[in-house]
Amino acid sequence: MIAELGHLALVLAFGVAIVQTVVPLVGAQKGWSGWMAMAVPAASLQFLLIAASFAALTYSFVNSDFSVRLVALNSHSAKPMLYKISGVWGNHEGSMLLWVLIVALFGAMASWFGGGLPPKLKARALAVQASIGVAFLAFILLTSNPFLRLAQPPFDGQDLNPLLQDPGLAFHPPFLYLGYVGLSMAFSFAVAALIEGRVDAAWARWVRPWTLAAWIFLTIGIALGSWWAYYELGWGGFWFWDPVENASFMPWLFAAALLHSAIVVEKREALKSWTILLAILAFGFSLIGTFLVRSGVITSVHAFANDPERGVFILMILGVFTGGALTLFAVRASAMEAKGIFGMVSRESALVFNNILLAVSAIVVFIGTIWPLVAEMFFDRQLSVGAPFFEAAFTPFMVVLAIILPFGALMPWKRAKLGKLVRPLVPAMVLAVAVALLAWSIQTERTILGPVGFLLGVWLVGGAATDLWSRLGRGPVSGRFGRMLRLPRADWGRVTAHAGLGVIFMGISGLMAWQVEDIRVANSAEPFEVADLTLMIREIRQVEGPNYLSTTADIVVSKNGEEVALLQPEKRVYPVQAMPTTEAAIDNGFWRDIYVVIGDPQDSGGYAVRTFIKPFANWIWAGSLIMALGGLLSLSDRRYRVAAGAAKQKPVQGVPAE
Amino acid sequence: MKRLILALILAAAPALAVNPDEVLDDPAMEARARAISAELRCVVCRGENIDESNAAIARDLRLLVRERLVAGDTNDEVIDFVVDRYGEYVLMKPTTGGANILLWGAGPALFLIAAAGAIIYLRGRSTAKAPGADGLSDAEQARLDELLNR
Repeated sequence: MIAELGHLALVLAFGVAIVQTVVPLVGAQKGWSGWMAMAVPAASLQFLLIAASFAALTYSFVNSDFSVRLVALNSHSAKPMLYKISGVWGNHEGSMLLWVLIVALFGAMASWFGGGLPPKLKARALAVQASIGVAFLAFILLTSNPFLRLAQPPFDGQDLNPLLQDPGLAFHPPFLYLGYVGLSMAFSFAVAALIEGRVDAAWARWVRPWTLAAWIFLTIGIALGSWWAYYELGWGGFWFWDPVENASFMPWLFAAALLHSAIVVEKREALKSWTILLAILAFGFSLIGTFLVRSGVITSVHAFANDPERGVFILMILGVFTGGALTLFAVRASAMEAKGIFGMVSRESALVFNNILLAVSAIVVFIGTIWPLVAEMFFDRQLSVGAPFFEAAFTPFMVVLAIILPFGALMPWKRAKLGKLVRPLVPAMVLAVAVALLAWSIQTERTILGPVGFLLGVWLVGGAATDLWSRLGRGPVSGRFGRMLRLPRADWGRVTAHAGLGVIFMGISGLMAWQVEDIRVANSAEPFEVADLTLMIREIRQVEGPNYLSTTADIVVSKNGEEVALLQPEKRVYPVQAMPTTEAAIDNGFWRDIYVVIGDPQDSGGYAVRTFIKPFANWIWAGSLIMALGGLLSLSDRRYRVAAGAAKQKPVQGVPAE
Repeated sequence: MKRLILALILAAAPALAVNPDEVLDDPAMEARARAISAELRCVVCRGENIDESNAAIARDLRLLVRERLVAGDTNDEVIDFVVDRYGEYVLMKPTTGGANILLWGAGPALFLIAAAGAIIYLRGRSTAKAPGADGLSDAEQARLDELLNR
C-alpha cells in the first residue's frame, strides 16, 4: 500500500512539474503575473510530492518489505539500520529518485528564498528547473520505477553489495547528488537569463550562492568517496581516475571555474557570456556524469546499472538540455554587453586564466575518460586510459594554477603592477623554497614529486596568509588583528579555500612520494620491522558480525619498545552475496597513517600481511574539508543575505566592494 | 558450515594483490617490477592495474613480468613483451602513436587556443571605452562643452 502511494505521489509530482514548466514560462512571456506566481506553490508542491514518494520507498526499505522488487534485490533483514536506509540510494532506481528529490528541493528553495528576485527571472528559472524535473521523473516512471512489486515475494532479500555497506559510502551519494544537482540551479538561472537577454551584477549575485552550495557539496562528496576508497578497497589508493570518479570531478572543476567567473560578473560586469556558458557546461557535465555512470557505457567499478535503454534515455535528456541551452546561448550571447574595463594584468585577467586552466583541465579529464570509447568506435583500437595518462596530462595545469594563484588573489581589480605584487609574497616564496629544500634533504628516495608538491603547497598556504594579511590594511600589528574580525566573510572564505588547496597539494604529493610498503608472511608472535616500527601478530580469531563472518587479526605496533597502536585488520565474508572484503586497519596520525591489511593463511604457516606507512594521508581529506569550509564562509557573506532579503527590506547600500 | 563457506570463498579470492611469494629477492628489481605493474592493466578488471588487482590473471602477469626481469629484459622490453601478447589494451598509459595524438595533444592545444583567445579579449577590454562617463555621443559632448564653457 505504502509503495503504491509512493508511486502515485511520483506520478502526481510529474504532473505538477509539467504545469510548473509551462505556466510560468507562458506567464513570463505574456507578462501575466498570476501565471508567473504559479511557479512558487508548484515548486513547493512538487518537492512535497517527491519527498512523500521518497519517504514511501524508505519506509519499504526500513521495514524490509520484500514484496517490493527493489528492496528484495538490494536489502536484507539482517542488515544494520543505517545500511537499510542508505540502501534506498545504493541502487539505480533509488538513486534516481534521490536525484529528482534534490532537483525539486533546489527548486523549492529558490522559490522560498527568492523573494528578492525579479518576478520574470524567478518564474523562468523555476520553470527551467521544473523542466529538468519533468525529464528525470519521466525517466524514472518509464524506465526505472522503484515501486514495482514482485508477485512472489522472497523470504529474504539479496543484500546490498558489501563494499557499499560502509558509513563513508552511506553519505557519499547524497552529497555528490546535492552537488551535481545543485548545479542545475545555476543552469536554470543561466537559461532564464538567456531567455530574458539580460545578465547583470544582480544576476551573478543570485547564481553564485547556488553554485557555491553545489561546489561545497561536491567537494565533500568527492572527498568522502576518496576517503572510502582509501580505507575500504584495501591498498590505500585514494584516487583512481576511474570514469565514475572523473564524472564527479569534471563538474567540480567547472563549478570551481564558475564560482570565480561569477565574481567578475558581480563586481565588474564582465565575462558575462563566458559565465553563462560555464553555468551551462557545469550542469551539462553533471548530466554527462550521470550518463556515464547510469548507462554503464564505460564499465567501471561503480557501474551497477548496465542497461543500454536507460542510457539512451539519459543521452536524450543530455542532448535536449545541453543542446537546447547551447543553441539558446549561440542566439542570445551577443546580447550580453560587457561593461568593465581592465588591464592586461589585473584581478580580472588572473581570474580569466584561472578559468582557462580549470576548464581546459576538465576537458582533458573528459577526453581521457571517453577516449577508449572514441578509439574503439572510430579508430578500431581497443585501448585503456589509466591513471598514468591523467597524472601526465592533468597535473601540469594544476601546477601552473598553484603557481599563479597567490599572485591572482592579491591583485587589485582593474589594473595591477607585477612589481608591487611580488614584494609582499617574498616571505611565502622563501618559506616554500625552504620547506622544499628541507624535504629534499631529509627524504631517502630521490624523488622530485615530494619536494615540488610541498613547494607548491606551502606557497599556496603562505600566499593565502599573505592575502589575509594584506586585507588588514597598514599600521600596528594589534590594529591589524583587530580588523581581522571585521573582514568580510567572503575574504575569509577565499583565504581558507586557497589554503585548503595547498594542504591537499602537500597531502597528495607527500603520500605519493614517501609511502613505505612492506609485504610478507608473518607468523603469530614473531615481530617484524617496517621502517621505524615493529609489528607483531598477537592473535588471529574468527568473529561473527551482524551479517558477515570475519577473520580478525590483533596486530600490535610498537616503536622503540613502546606500544603505539593495536590494529585489527579483518577479512570479511558476506554469505548472502558470497563476497569477501578486506577491512584494512588504520592508525590515523597527523604525520602518517599506519595501514595494515591481512591476506590469506599461507601453506607454510602464518598469514600474508601488507603494511603501509602513508605519510600525510589525512592531509588530503583535511584539505578538502578546509576548502569546503572556505566555501561555507564565502556562502555566509553578508552580501548574499542582504540580496536574499532585499524585497522585504529597503534597498541596502554600502556592501563592501571586495 | 560457516567455516566451510569461509574457507571456500577465501580460497577463491586472494585478498592481497601482490602476495609475499611473488616478491623478488633483489629489492631494486622488485621496485622495477612494481613500476612496470602499475603501467599494465588487468585485462579482466575494470580499470585496475595488475599491481592492485586481486584477479588470478593479474597474478599470472605479475609473475610473468618478474620472470622477464630476471631473464634480463629492460623495462621497455618487458612491457613490449606483454603488449605483443595482449594488445595495447593492457597499457594504462596509451601510446602517442596514430590517433592517440589527439588524446595527448588536446590539452596543450586547447590551452594555447584559449590563452590566445583570452589575450585578444583582455586586449580588447583594456582598450575599450567604458559606456557611460566616457562614452558620450557627439551631441552630448557638444552639450557638455557648452556647459563647461558657459
